[in-house]
Amino acid sequence: MKLVTAIIKPFKLDDVREALSEIGVQGVTVTEVKGFGRQKGHTELYRGAEYVVDFLPKVKLEVAINDDLTERVIEAISKAANTGKIGDGKIFVYTLDQAIRIRTGETGPEAL
Amino acid sequence: MEQLLELSYALDTFYFLMTGALVMWMAAGFAMLEAGLVRSKNTAEILTKNIALFAVACIMYMLIGYGIMYPGDAAVNSWWPGLHGILGTTDHEVAAVIAGGEGAPYYSTLSDFFFQMVFVATAMSVVSGAIAERMKLWAFMVFAVVMTGFIYPMEGYWKWGGGFLNVMDFKDFAGSGVVHLCGASAALAGVLLLGARKGKYGPNGEIHPIPGANLPLATLGTFILWLGWFGFNGGSELKISNVTEANAVAMVFVNTNMAAAGGLVAAATVARLLFGKTDLTMVLNGALAGLVAITAEPLTGSPLLSTIIGAIGGVLVVFSILGLDKLKIDDPVGAISVHGVVGMWGLIAVAWSNPEASLKVQLIGLGTIFAWVFVTSFVTWFIIKMVIGIRVSPEEEYEGVDLGECGVEAYPEFTGNRGSGI
Repeated sequence: MKLVTAIIKPFKLDDVREALSEIGVQGVTVTEVKGFGRQKGHTELYRGAEYVVDFLPKVKLEVAINDDLTERVIEAISKAANTGKIGDGKIFVYTLDQAIRIRTGETGPEAL
Repeated sequence: MEQLLELSYALDTFYFLMTGALVMWMAAGFAMLEAGLVRSKNTAEILTKNIALFAVACIMYMLIGYGIMYPGDAAVNSWWPGLHGILGTTDHEVAAVIAGGEGAPYYSTLSDFFFQMVFVATAMSVVSGAIAERMKLWAFMVFAVVMTGFIYPMEGYWKWGGGFLNVMDFKDFAGSGVVHLCGASAALAGVLLLGARKGKYGPNGEIHPIPGANLPLATLGTFILWLGWFGFNGGSELKISNVTEANAVAMVFVNTNMAAAGGLVAAATVARLLFGKTDLTMVLNGALAGLVAITAEPLTGSPLLSTIIGAIGGVLVVFSILGLDKLKIDDPVGAISVHGVVGMWGLIAVAWSNPEASLKVQLIGLGTIFAWVFVTSFVTWFIIKMVIGIRVSPEEEYEGVDLGECGVEAYPEFTGNRGSGI
């Protein structure tokens, strides 16, 4: 099993969710996060003085999947979250040791 | 005729009480405005200050303030009114009212007390915003006692109580000077002794903005103040029960409103031209600046002139806020600019809008109020600083004065099944 984590632009969340549903992903966890990468921050203005916001708002998706879906999930996220502009985000793939569905006690791919 | 006189007495008393209640509501406006322009970790404390100062102002004004400010024939001289004890229960006799004529009372004494009392609270509310986010709660409360019991009533006596400024024919209809400049002068003295919020100014003179946490609240506060100002200026006509007075009250309402509109549009325009963006906080300050500017004379000018006077206030307030930041005078809500700088402009503008006013006398009044309030406030703040301290510790400032001073959070986000914690 794999855990795919993706950091994406917040306004792309709906597109990514739809793309994942289409290829049969059963569930996604979403967190609002802040961070910086090559895009760096941006400047804002308050009462006449400029200030730099170092950390930009992003959305973090976590998707637990069976190994055979990995390439298609990466492709779906890459395609749906892509704007071609700086700050589109990143995808990280981890190996997932175990998964348990709390309600039934099922384990492994059955629990996903 | 007797019944008409009684009815007119009742109407004027009613008008006084209701406009006083509108001014009382301005305390809510200040509370919301200030709560919106501070960070969320300092919200509960600024709300505590705002509502507690109102209570302190009421008690102090009842105990000694009203006696100092309105001594009547018992005044010692035109500078020193003397001390005249606690507010009693005596009011006008029916016979005196229905006797009619020049000197006959036309509203209740206690309604007058009520109306004057809410003005003291307004002056004190101005102070709380400027010193926000870093002052000890109880140092502020001690200052409120001195300010509302002595500093304000003294200069109030000089003008509205019949003292020397009134004798000179200094004009301040509803208190651009007596109330707003007074509050701002006390705030300036406090801020100078208190210092800026940690992190506001960098070592090389750079300014780090500290954005307010809740602009909807700040906007609501401004609307409430705008509404309350109809009581503040409208009630200061002191009478409504005949055609001339009713027309005057209507004039005051219209001019007050137009000045706020002028100030808002001017500040929004200046902000857009200067910064490239229409900063809402400047827009809000602009409306309040218009209101402060017209408060010294909302009766004699035309609505157009009032709009212009308000608009000049709106321009002034933006440049004043930028200027104070350059001087490293940290005022989170812009109170010193709105009520002080524009309060001065309001007093000066009277010489333009009221043909009977003299610029020289207006400047003397302005200087007297500023000097008296600034010096006495500075001494008071300084003594409080020496005895109990006025500033919270750097650690408490970082954690937020909500926890440090009040022990509560304004927005406790995480609560478990037991109702608290996590």
